[in-house]
Amino acid sequence: MTAMLNVKDLRAYYGQVQALHGLSFSLNEGSLTTLLGANGAGKTTTLRAICNMVRSTGAIEFEGKPIGTRSTENVVRLGIAHVPQGRGTFTNMTVEENLQLGAISRSDTKAIGSDIERMYEHFPVLKQRYTQQAGTLSGGEQQMLAVARALMLRPRLMLLDEPSFGLAPLIVRDLFRILGKINREEKVTILVVEQNAQLALELADQAYVIETGRIVMSGNAKDIANNEDVRKSYLGY
Amino acid sequence: MELFANQVLAGIATGAIYACMALAVVMIYQAIDHLNFAQGEMAMFSTFVSWQLMQWGVPYWGAFVLTVAFSFAAGIVIERLLFKPLAKAPILTNVAGFIALYAIINSVAGLIWDFTIKQYPTPFGSSPFLGSQLISTHQAGMIGITLLMLLLLFFFFRFTRVGLAMRAAASLPESARLVGINTSWMIALGWGMASAIGSIAGMMIAPVVFLEPNMMLGVLIYGFAAAVLGGLSSPFGAVMGGFLVGIFENLVGTYIPGVGNELKLPIALALIIVVLVVKPAGLFGRAIVKRV
Repeated sequence: MTAMLNVKDLRAYYGQVQALHGLSFSLNEGSLTTLLGANGAGKTTTLRAICNMVRSTGAIEFEGKPIGTRSTENVVRLGIAHVPQGRGTFTNMTVEENLQLGAISRSDTKAIGSDIERMYEHFPVLKQRYTQQAGTLSGGEQQMLAVARALMLRPRLMLLDEPSFGLAPLIVRDLFRILGKINREEKVTILVVEQNAQLALELADQAYVIETGRIVMSGNAKDIANNEDVRKSYLGY
Repeated sequence: MELFANQVLAGIATGAIYACMALAVVMIYQAIDHLNFAQGEMAMFSTFVSWQLMQWGVPYWGAFVLTVAFSFAAGIVIERLLFKPLAKAPILTNVAGFIALYAIINSVAGLIWDFTIKQYPTPFGSSPFLGSQLISTHQAGMIGITLLMLLLLFFFFRFTRVGLAMRAAASLPESARLVGINTSWMIALGWGMASAIGSIAGMMIAPVVFLEPNMMLGVLIYGFAAAVLGGLSSPFGAVMGGFLVGIFENLVGTYIPGVGNELKLPIALALIIVVLVVKPAGLFGRAIVKRV
């Protein structure tokens, strides 16, 4: 199997500060991979580097094409959807306008309406609120909206930055169930960055562990979950 | 009562000038989140361009269309050359840029066309409108054009994809890039549109205030005031703000004793401040609901 996303020797910088120190990993097409690590390990930076939102060096290839020098919007237009930390909701627009925006770079405008309907099937709560200002939604609803907005791109690859952050455990379960379904049914390759290691490892099939800007462990999610060091450091038992 | 109605009507007629300019002000504010102090001068320059075209024998509406197209392109060029490099600079740097642009355009216009006052034609004629001495056919036409522009803008922002993308780019640039919007070009487009709207405002205003390089000085202040009063986030508010400022100004001059032509302007501006203290988002501005 060829890798859909190939990252080699990625180094990223915030001003003078180096945040990633030569990170390499790859994602298989159709996989659901999680990137685990403590606060400040470089998880968010890794996602931001893929979308060229932070200064970085190294090689990033998506479906065989180097994408390191593309602007953020041009990376997205290749079919890489990024659900950022804090969700990036357009709070002063309606739920439906947020979904429309997710599909704004698509040229097949005729299919957008039916895609919005499909999102309402995945996330029924959004349907009830489609004319509401997105800023009035609860945190969980806004996270659902952020995922739905990303899916409106019809992405090949979806990057999620701590989707569980600040949400109640029940809502997190619900969200992760939907992510698994999207990965299986819509064949979207997913890379999810998480602090909630237990849940992320249950969901994912591949996992990478990152520490101070380097990959320190990689493999099958089940094996990683059973690894003693990981259990002690990230799962707490 | 008739006096009151007449004064309101006259106020609406002057207000149309402010409304026209306020629309351009709001447009640029939507795109770049700043007020462009050079907006009035850009509109003045465009108006001179249309005047020059007419001097060369182009008929009014031909010159009108060419001028709007020129202004749209010029707005984009100004953004690309001057303000794109300043996009990440502090606001004050941008303000300095606006002021420099203001001075440059003003002087260049004076250099090319000198500072003498010129007559500017109106396509609507200047006879009394529907038999009223208070409002001329030109002023009625100007109100009509302003409302038409407002309607077109409303449809553009509400129902077109480009309009939606522009709103997204203005409200959250990073999220906008993450859905694939080229935010930099959206800003340029905003400049182009604001410049085009400004040129229409200039061509509508010029028959009233006459054409000269400083014609927009007072108008722009009132356009700003109208935009702030109506709410900088709302094109509809800007136009209503324009009419309200015009009406205030007239009523204050008529009904408050001792207020002549000299004092009615500051009093109208003072009223605006009062409104803003009570409603900081402006009369029609949308206060954004946020959950924290």
